[in-house]
Amino acid sequence: MSLGKDLKHVATLEPETIPSTFPKKFPRRDSRLARLGENLRLVWRVLTSNRKVAIGSSIVAFFLLVAIFGPLLAPYDPTATSRLSETPPSAAHWLGTTATGQDIFSQLLYGTRSSVFWGFLTGLLVTLVSVVVGLVSGYFGGIIDEILSLVTNVFLVIPALPLAIVAVGYFPKGPLTIALVIILTNWSFNARLLRAQTLSMRSREFVTAARASGESAWRIIFFEIFPNEIGIVAAAFVSTVIFVLLAWTALEFLGLGDINTVSWGSMLYWAQQSDSIFSGLWWWFAPPGCCIALLGAALALINFGIDEIADPRLRSEISEHVPKELKEKAVT
Amino acid sequence: MSVSEQLTVQQTPEKVLEPVLEAEHLRKDFPLRTVRLFGPPRAVHAVEDASLALYPGRATAVVGESGSGKTTVARMLARLYDPTSGVIRFHGQPVDLKARGQALRTYRRHVQLIFQDPFASLNPIHSVRYHLSRPLRVHGHAHNRQEETEQILALLRRVSLTPAEQFIEKYPYQLSGGQRQRIAIARALAVRPEVLLADEPVSMLDVSIRLDILNLLLRLKDEEQLALLYITHDIASARYFAEETLVMYAGQMVEGGPSEEVTQRPKHPYTQLLLSAAPDPDRMMAGQKLQLPARGEIPSLINPPSGCRFHPRCPHAMEVCRQRFPRRTQLGNGHWAHCFLYGDGDGEPVVSARLKTASSTGAAESTATGGAGLGTSSLTPPSSGASPSSQS
Ligand SMILES: Nc1ncnc2c1ncn2[C@@H]1O[C@H](COP(=O)(O)OP(=O)(O)O)[C@@H](O)[C@H]1O
Ligand code: SF4
Ligand SMILES: [Mg+2]
Repeated sequence: MSLGKDLKHVATLEPETIPSTFPKKFPRRDSRLARLGENLRLVWRVLTSNRKVAIGSSIVAFFLLVAIFGPLLAPYDPTATSRLSETPPSAAHWLGTTATGQDIFSQLLYGTRSSVFWGFLTGLLVTLVSVVVGLVSGYFGGIIDEILSLVTNVFLVIPALPLAIVAVGYFPKGPLTIALVIILTNWSFNARLLRAQTLSMRSREFVTAARASGESAWRIIFFEIFPNEIGIVAAAFVSTVIFVLLAWTALEFLGLGDINTVSWGSMLYWAQQSDSIFSGLWWWFAPPGCCIALLGAALALINFGIDEIADPRLRSEISEHVPKELKEKAVT
Repeated sequence: MSVSEQLTVQQTPEKVLEPVLEAEHLRKDFPLRTVRLFGPPRAVHAVEDASLALYPGRATAVVGESGSGKTTVARMLARLYDPTSGVIRFHGQPVDLKARGQALRTYRRHVQLIFQDPFASLNPIHSVRYHLSRPLRVHGHAHNRQEETEQILALLRRVSLTPAEQFIEKYPYQLSGGQRQRIAIARALAVRPEVLLADEPVSMLDVSIRLDILNLLLRLKDEEQLALLYITHDIASARYFAEETLVMYAGQMVEGGPSEEVTQRPKHPYTQLLLSAAPDPDRMMAGQKLQLPARGEIPSLINPPSGCRFHPRCPHAMEVCRQRFPRRTQLGNGHWAHCFLYGDGDGEPVVSARLKTASSTGAAESTATGGAGLGTSSLTPPSSGASPSSQS
């Protein structure tokens, strides 16, 4: 990124085209509804200020909508078999049928619900564990930190997927098992990241000030420090969801999940079972594969966008929520 | 209270006033984390021996260059650092320095700290309302949102942030340094403390608003009968602000007494040095950075100089100064110093016969003429090289 390009942007900025993140006028009455509105508007502005974030979140939003409403639109019962075996896409079956005559379009709609739901839920739980371990470890230090760091480092060096494959075998098959195993094998990386961040945050003066005014440790961790790390946590959550989606699909593809539920992973498992790749049944394996790739790419785009917003040198267009003086400082 | 008792209070306030907070022989070593194969573990000996007493309605100044341990003392008093040794007494009762949780919170309900840097001491993501609501809630002064709002608005008015209804919804980045420091003061007041520790409350602020903030603190001190600790590197402002002044150098308290005495008749060579660097009373709020003569700076506190830590910079340094720290010598009027030039706790100056006459007359002369006022050349900066007696 050249400095010249940034300079040009600054030079052509019209003052009135720079809306500030926060409203200039504050509501006279403090109504929680108004503040919620402000926050939503802020989120909206962040989402739309960067093209990568905008595209990525549109795609994610699309998948979320499909996950919620898709099954209502499904023309067939996704598990109902029929005599129409392995038919290519047609008007009756938009994405063709499986070897047992199940409608693939209906399966995709139901599978999206299952995969997106479990992907995001597991991602959320993984992030939650990382946040709690990272912040507690970084804030308290001492013996608590040493124990938690030791555990974190152990989980960090264990290769996640092989461990997951082994661990899944020990528990009853099903989504809860997979979720648990994925949480177990994925929390450590972000926990370490957040611990380092918290370590530097806890000596900040506002944290000391909160302690001096009598705040409890928990309150300081989750109300003073955590909100200041929300950007890192958001990025960590997004990349965790990508990884969780892939891990989830991989485990189901290997037949380690409940193969009778309909999800992207189990669709791929059954496609693989009936050799669809070699018999040219592309309409069977391509749709779930494309969905995973598309959702993964969309999440990655969001993360790149977050990086750009956070790092002014990567900013392709001056985002709206940075005051002008700051932009000029970033250039010089 | 009977009439005669009131009379006593007026006649000898020092005798009747009980200190709210006292510290005795506080010491703080910060262990260094570096691993050393040979030798004992090392530490920063930030504060060696600090004692002070804070009285209701009175301000005590602690003066010293940056690095002399002022912040460390304040944070020990605020129970943010655990003293390595020493005693803190609150209303005469020793404070349990191991206490955590509820007991610590109870202590903090009485002792509050204002930080040096108002740009760092407020959380950027929280509004003014949040900052002020927390102490109200934590210490049980407000039980619902309406009480909270009323008290916050009252606090904002007390620190002269009006219209308070506008400030309550602001975020730190929307406020100037002075406004932020007022919020920080309001946050400390929200607890309704008896003791306010102000750690260089104006040093990060614009020169033009320093006096406003100091006057605000003075007003609050009088209104609330707060015991105030005022930390500063500007000895001239100590005279304006505080009844009592203590001078610290490299973790040692070297001189103290009524501010008028200490700033007008400084005894310790370090105090004289500080005053020679800021002599003009008209400039006293201009807050020029201390420019001490090039003879040195605060030494490393990992391996501090032995004895009197000032001896490498002191023009009057003697052999005994390297060996041990002088005991406290009373100089009258509540004025005391730790310096062998004036004795070693027993009133007898510890100097050789020849030096003794030279320095003690010099000291006596500077006492006599130093009363003329701050900024006259009668103050004898030790760095002028010549001994005071040879000048006259
Ligand atoms: N948390 C800490 N850990 C290690 N050393 C510290 C710490 N705080 C202060 N010090 C050291 O203690 C000495 C005194 O510092 P401080 O109390 O901040 O002085 P002042 O406030 O007078 O400038 C300095 O040498 C400083 O480096
Ligand atoms: S004369 Fe000795 S004791 Fe007094 S300040 Fe100088 S070095 Fe310290
Ligand atoms: Mg300091």
